[in-house]
Amino acid sequence: MDQEPAVRTEALTRVFEPKKKKEGSTVRALESVDLRIEQGELFGILGPNGAGKTTLLKILSTLLLPTSGKAYVAGLDVETQFNAVRQRINMVSGGEISGYGLLTVKENLWMFSQFYGIKSKVALQRIDDMLGEFGLLDKKDAKVRTLSTGQRQKMNVIRGFVTDPDIIFLDEPTLGLDVNASRVIRTYILDWLKDHPKKTVVLTTHYMAEADELCDRIAIIDNGRILACDSPERLKKMVRMNTTLSMDVTRLKDTAVFKTFPGVESFTFTEDGEKGLTKLRFVMRDESGVSDIVSAVLGQGSRIESLQKTEPTLEDVFIKMVGKGLE
Amino acid sequence: MAVMNDLRTIKNAAWLGWEMEANWADPFLFATYSIVKPISATLILVFMYMIVTGGNTDNAYFSYMYVGSALYMYIAEVLFGVTWIIHDDREHYMSLKQVYIAPIKFYAYILGRSAIKIAITTAGVIITLAFGVLALGVDISLWDVDWLLLLGSTALGMSCICVLGLALGGITFLTARHSIGINEGVAGVFYVMSGIIFPITALPTWAQSISKILPVTYWMDSMRRALMPDAMAELGSVAGVDVTGLSGISDLYIMVYLAISTAVFFALSMAVFKYADGVARRKGKIDWTSTY
Ligand SMILES: Nc1ncnc2c1ncn2[C@@H]1O[C@H](COP(=O)(O)OP(=O)(O)OP(=O)(O)O)[C@@H](O)[C@H]1O
Ligand SMILES: [Mg+2]
Repeated sequence: MDQEPAVRTEALTRVFEPKKKKEGSTVRALESVDLRIEQGELFGILGPNGAGKTTLLKILSTLLLPTSGKAYVAGLDVETQFNAVRQRINMVSGGEISGYGLLTVKENLWMFSQFYGIKSKVALQRIDDMLGEFGLLDKKDAKVRTLSTGQRQKMNVIRGFVTDPDIIFLDEPTLGLDVNASRVIRTYILDWLKDHPKKTVVLTTHYMAEADELCDRIAIIDNGRILACDSPERLKKMVRMNTTLSMDVTRLKDTAVFKTFPGVESFTFTEDGEKGLTKLRFVMRDESGVSDIVSAVLGQGSRIESLQKTEPTLEDVFIKMVGKGLE
Repeated sequence: MAVMNDLRTIKNAAWLGWEMEANWADPFLFATYSIVKPISATLILVFMYMIVTGGNTDNAYFSYMYVGSALYMYIAEVLFGVTWIIHDDREHYMSLKQVYIAPIKFYAYILGRSAIKIAITTAGVIITLAFGVLALGVDISLWDVDWLLLLGSTALGMSCICVLGLALGGITFLTARHSIGINEGVAGVFYVMSGIIFPITALPTWAQSISKILPVTYWMDSMRRALMPDAMAELGSVAGVDVTGLSGISDLYIMVYLAISTAVFFALSMAVFKYADGVARRKGKIDWTSTY
């Protein structure tokens, strides 16, 4: 049992049929996903909207059944041994303002801890500690309906950890939170794993920096398929063999040409309206194409304000894999 | 151990139910909602009865109808209550999935929440009955009540109603808030078929055989026997005819029938619940919210 991975899936597939035949087509939210997450890992799932991240977490947390394939959590089949799975897990979805509005924050958290059979005294102490760490202690006796969205989300994260799960699934836990709140949650996750080396965190996120900073390993998922799965370092190394180039230029008329430029693996750009600059970012097969790009930019009558070879970021990896950025 | 867990779940769910229902911050609203509303349903019935019969409430049948209507509150409140609990948990509080993935038996949770519904409804039932006795001459006398029968019948009846609520709870997993009609249908079947306001002998023969399968029929009859033995004896032989259709069955047997049909419905309800639960998980309905 102890040698079992925290999560293991075999050809896990989930299909959503449209409600009415006329309305839309079948969605293949997960397509033959093979995944193995070890105990003690902080595992990130990164993917664009509709990639299948939430679907995967729902299956792992026994909310949804697979269409085919297998999923095991702590070595237990989520389809048939869901009762045993539920003893070991918890799940939190960010961006969702759930909770019983008539109860106080403490009551809400306490009630859920009781569903997990945690001794009342232990639970209350833990709730106090966590509310303190999350900066919510002054809201302890406030009715949940009076909390702000972010405060509710913090409460929900606490709800996830307060039951002391072996494996916790966090679906975009920092979605929409301000910088401070996000940091509090990230710090908590890291400390929790440090204190409990056998516990496992599986989280999805939209924030590349968050995934990069937090995760031991990351799976990049798109259209229900896992495109890559490795440590942030190794993922970035895959891109480091290429040349990553960033360039600030003025008055660029045509950006589309660079997408299909010879030697360019991926290309993104952002407009900096204030300075009147366009920031270009290229991942190139090698350095030989750089001069062609420079002349193409100059050929459009633009001026190059800066030009840098940079370290690849996780975003570069993502763009290369998925073919587009996250925003 | 498993039993202890279930008891704990029931206790916690009941606690939650109490916190949610008895929102004492507004006792007036609470009283209106949980007592005045159910009583008014009975009073409307009384009013109609008075018009039809020219105000004659001094007979065994009026007591029969009045008590039936008062006790029906339990069925209506619990059956609708369970549905609302699930819809509200899912769509309003968005907590259904959190409760659902907790290591508890979901039906123990529903039982706990229903128990509070029952407790609150009891206040309404008692007040309604007291009003009937004091103001309208309903034939209940504390000295004549068969307390043992009342106790047994109440215990079995409440279990039975919870069991029915459970099946509807499962079905509610699959329905949207606006399709609450199933409960109205089920509650309606009991209203007509179980001798709530008119005896089952008023039904066609084929319908009577359905009545005799339904646990609520026996529950109603045994409750009336316990509460108003005189009136029931009178109705058992009106000019030699058994109006209730059940007076040939002894008190003991009526309890046995109630127990058996509750057990059968328990098995059925569990099957319905398990099935609905499976479908809900397959279709992803646990955290689904209806779009209007
Ligand atoms: N209950 C459902 N019925 C039909 N289709 C669904 C259902 N749930 C998800 N889908 C579809 O499955 C695909 C994957 O959805 P999912 O929610 O897993 O994506 P996601 O990666 O979590 O996206 P996001 O970043 O937007 O949260 C989407 O195309 C979505 O429309
Ligand atoms: Mg999602």
